[in-house]
Amino acid sequence: MLSKRIIPCLDVKDGRTVKGVNFVDLRDAGDPVELAWNYSQQGADELVFLDITATVERRKTMVELVKAVARQINIPFTIGGGINEIADADALLNAGADKISINSAAVRNPALIDELAKAFGVQFVVIAVDTRVLNGKNIVHLNGGRLPTEKQTLDWIQEAESRGAGEILLTSMDHDGTKGGFDNGLLKQVNDAVNIPVIASGGAGAVEHFVDVFHKTNVDAALAASVFHYGEILIPDLKTILKENNIEVRV
Amino acid sequence: MIGIIRYGAGNIFSLTAALDRLGIAYGMVHTEADLEGFDRYIIPGVGHAGAAMHKLESTGLVPAIKALNKPTLGICVGMQLMTAYSEEGDASLLNIFPIKTLKFPGDTEFKVPHTGWNQVFPEKGNPLFTGIPDGSHFYYVHSYFIEYDTLYTLASTNYIHKFSASIWHNNFYGVQFHPEKSGVYGETLLKNFSNI
Repeated sequence: MLSKRIIPCLDVKDGRTVKGVNFVDLRDAGDPVELAWNYSQQGADELVFLDITATVERRKTMVELVKAVARQINIPFTIGGGINEIADADALLNAGADKISINSAAVRNPALIDELAKAFGVQFVVIAVDTRVLNGKNIVHLNGGRLPTEKQTLDWIQEAESRGAGEILLTSMDHDGTKGGFDNGLLKQVNDAVNIPVIASGGAGAVEHFVDVFHKTNVDAALAASVFHYGEILIPDLKTILKENNIEVRV
Repeated sequence: MIGIIRYGAGNIFSLTAALDRLGIAYGMVHTEADLEGFDRYIIPGVGHAGAAMHKLESTGLVPAIKALNKPTLGICVGMQLMTAYSEEGDASLLNIFPIKTLKFPGDTEFKVPHTGWNQVFPEKGNPLFTGIPDGSHFYYVHSYFIEYDTLYTLASTNYIHKFSASIWHNNFYGVQFHPEKSGVYGETLLKNFSNI
């Protein structure tokens, strides 16, 4: 059977991981490659790197990062952050990225999804959607949830699918950072409405939250950052409990 | 030494990185003359099968590839190219394996692309899967699959239905999953191929 995926997410700036990381046996907690290797050894199914570098050198630093990861890591990974055009995506593909994640650039220019899917195949194109409830409706937000758009979340996800998205990474900004669990209501609604894989993100704080999101929504994957980085949840323990709850995982 | 067939379809960085990690020597094949220097070959490939076949045809390598008698491994779309036909682009392919590459239907229960780690069950004894337990997980990302065939299917995976995770005929092998992204068992498979 196809396994549900567990995906740690790493924020990277200027080639270094940001946000605290608290692995006891890590020589250099800021080295994304060492961290990625560590996660792959723990049984992570996939990794997401979110590059928040804001300099003019950003493409070059992203390409260097992707190459360094691809040289060392034997599981798939996605890179996102500031990918605006085909040339960005092409450079990252050739550096060994398995998938790219597009957020604001796709909202601002939806045709970019069509272009990327045509150029590289749908399997390469992950659409990341940050959503927040505004006046009772789920609305797509930009800039880390600070800037609301005109788009309703489910409508935008369905549009992205029809344009050639191969996967949806859905982050609830209302749940993100709360450690109170995933937004299972919205995730189920979205998962039941599309024929492409959905990654749940935002709100993971305990092992039960992962059990819940898979049982209640049947999403394909769950992503988290701090609970993994701070060692609050260890991936082997998480997978053991998922398995005990009859959720198919790779162990 | 493995010759990697270069025809402009997809990146090979992850594949060569995996071979580097394993200490397996490789070089690049751009022309028919390049084939001489190697004792086995990998046909990589991602993206659109029809488009990949056009690119492969434009290299002029097609007759030489069909005539290869050394171990040859197609990966993902590289494997699909060895079948007779793909629904992707309604394309006629190499026809080394007289079977078809078809599209997964896809619905809210069985998403397409088939993305993630799924179990692989060898159906025949073959050194390609030496040291890999039945039901090991390999990483997939694909919307098209090679039909299950009792003669050619070397290993199967179940998604919606049974399909060819791996195919084998004489010196030709194919895998639909990505061994270069499939953890230690993926690396074992590449190592096995380098010793066939």
